[in-house]
Amino acid sequence: MITTTRTGGRRGMTRKTRRLWLVLACVGCLGVATALVLNAFSSNIVFFMAPSQLRDHPPAGDRTVRLGGMVVAGSLARTTEGTTPVNAFEVTDGQAAIPVRFAGILPDLFREGQSVVALGTMQKDGIFRASEVLAKHDETYMPKEVAEALRKSGKWDPRFGKPPSAAEWDTMTRTEARKITAQGSGAPASNGSNGS
Amino acid sequence: MSGDIFLTALPNSAAGSFLHRFANPGRFLRLSRWLLPLLTVVALVALAVGIVWGLWFAPADWQQGDSVRIMYIHVPMAILASSGYLALAVCGVLSLVWRHPLADLAAVEIGPVGAVVTAMCLATGSLWGKPMWGTWWVWDARLTSVLVLFFLYLGHIALIHAFDEPQRGYRAAAVLAIAGAVDLPIIKYSVNWWNTLHQPDSISLTSAPTMSTSMLAPLFICMIGFSAGFGALVVARVDAAILEGRARQLMTRRLPDQERAA
Repeated sequence: MITTTRTGGRRGMTRKTRRLWLVLACVGCLGVATALVLNAFSSNIVFFMAPSQLRDHPPAGDRTVRLGGMVVAGSLARTTEGTTPVNAFEVTDGQAAIPVRFAGILPDLFREGQSVVALGTMQKDGIFRASEVLAKHDETYMPKEVAEALRKSGKWDPRFGKPPSAAEWDTMTRTEARKITAQGSGAPASNGSNGS
Repeated sequence: MSGDIFLTALPNSAAGSFLHRFANPGRFLRLSRWLLPLLTVVALVALAVGIVWGLWFAPADWQQGDSVRIMYIHVPMAILASSGYLALAVCGVLSLVWRHPLADLAAVEIGPVGAVVTAMCLATGSLWGKPMWGTWWVWDARLTSVLVLFFLYLGHIALIHAFDEPQRGYRAAAVLAIAGAVDLPIIKYSVNWWNTLHQPDSISLTSAPTMSTSMLAPLFICMIGFSAGFGALVVARVDAAILEGRARQLMTRRLPDQERAA
């Protein structure tokens, strides 16, 4: 009885090992196939084009594309035509900047230095006419007080892109941040009052 | 033979003894007798602490304001959606290779819980996307691959119940679970491989989190709470499935006896 179970068990073992290898081989093949397909379609999977890509490979005719990048500091001009707000700003990826025009209400997160994704067409005059603008926020999460402290101590200007490495601020408490802000704002505020 | 798993212990083979220790439904019931209360208590306590901390006491984000608090639900749901499917795939391998009967039961019970969690991840993400990005939905790689995961869950639930003979359903669903697992690395790395509207991960194993500790702590507690809750739901469902199977088998066994007696 025991011997038969044993031999049965051993033969079962090899069958199990064979099944295991079969499953592993199938998963491997499927993984490789998926990787190849995704690689082949990678230019279609990207959600937006960077300004330099758009400059180097301009879309044919008036094809609708998405342009993604950072809003250049100081480039935003808001006007109104009738009742619709018209916004003009530039989007950059550090290598090229493209002027964008958008008639409509910008998302709340929109600001200079923020990443945005604009859907629209490239005009002949080199202006990107957007029909939709989405704000893309980064993976940084910090309390308002900490952001203020970093700005006051001159470590970061949100209008010029990403905050400093997280190790510098991630353990800063709000109380500490308020203290830094109070110290930092002391000098420029008194200067300002002296000047006026 | 395979239909008898609810009542009989399985023979121990030398190599599979570790796996088969947990294949015994009786042993699972004994395990769940202390595991289920433990998971439930951990889930309730951690969620009470984590949700209150996250929604009321954690700081608002400097640019997202109070909307960032959706994170304390959304991120645990997203992590559980992927890990739940990974669990389905592991059950699939155990089922196909070792014919592990409890893995089949677990796959039946994990599927609906995982689908609900994935739906919650998509819904909270959508609610978060509207005020922050300015849109409920975009077809970027991260969002689309999570939607595919949701459909994989639905397909798994449908397939595992699609056959009159349960074993064939288990087998087919196991194949789907394993094949669908290729979506998991796509979800994980979609934000790194392609440009997406969704931001990259804030928490990774290799580098410091790009998140203030005052937000990370409640998020971590919420993750523990939701994970324990997920585990508790699955254990309770598997428990119920084993007991249901036992009851059904006792009834079908008794019926012929009664007929003979009558």
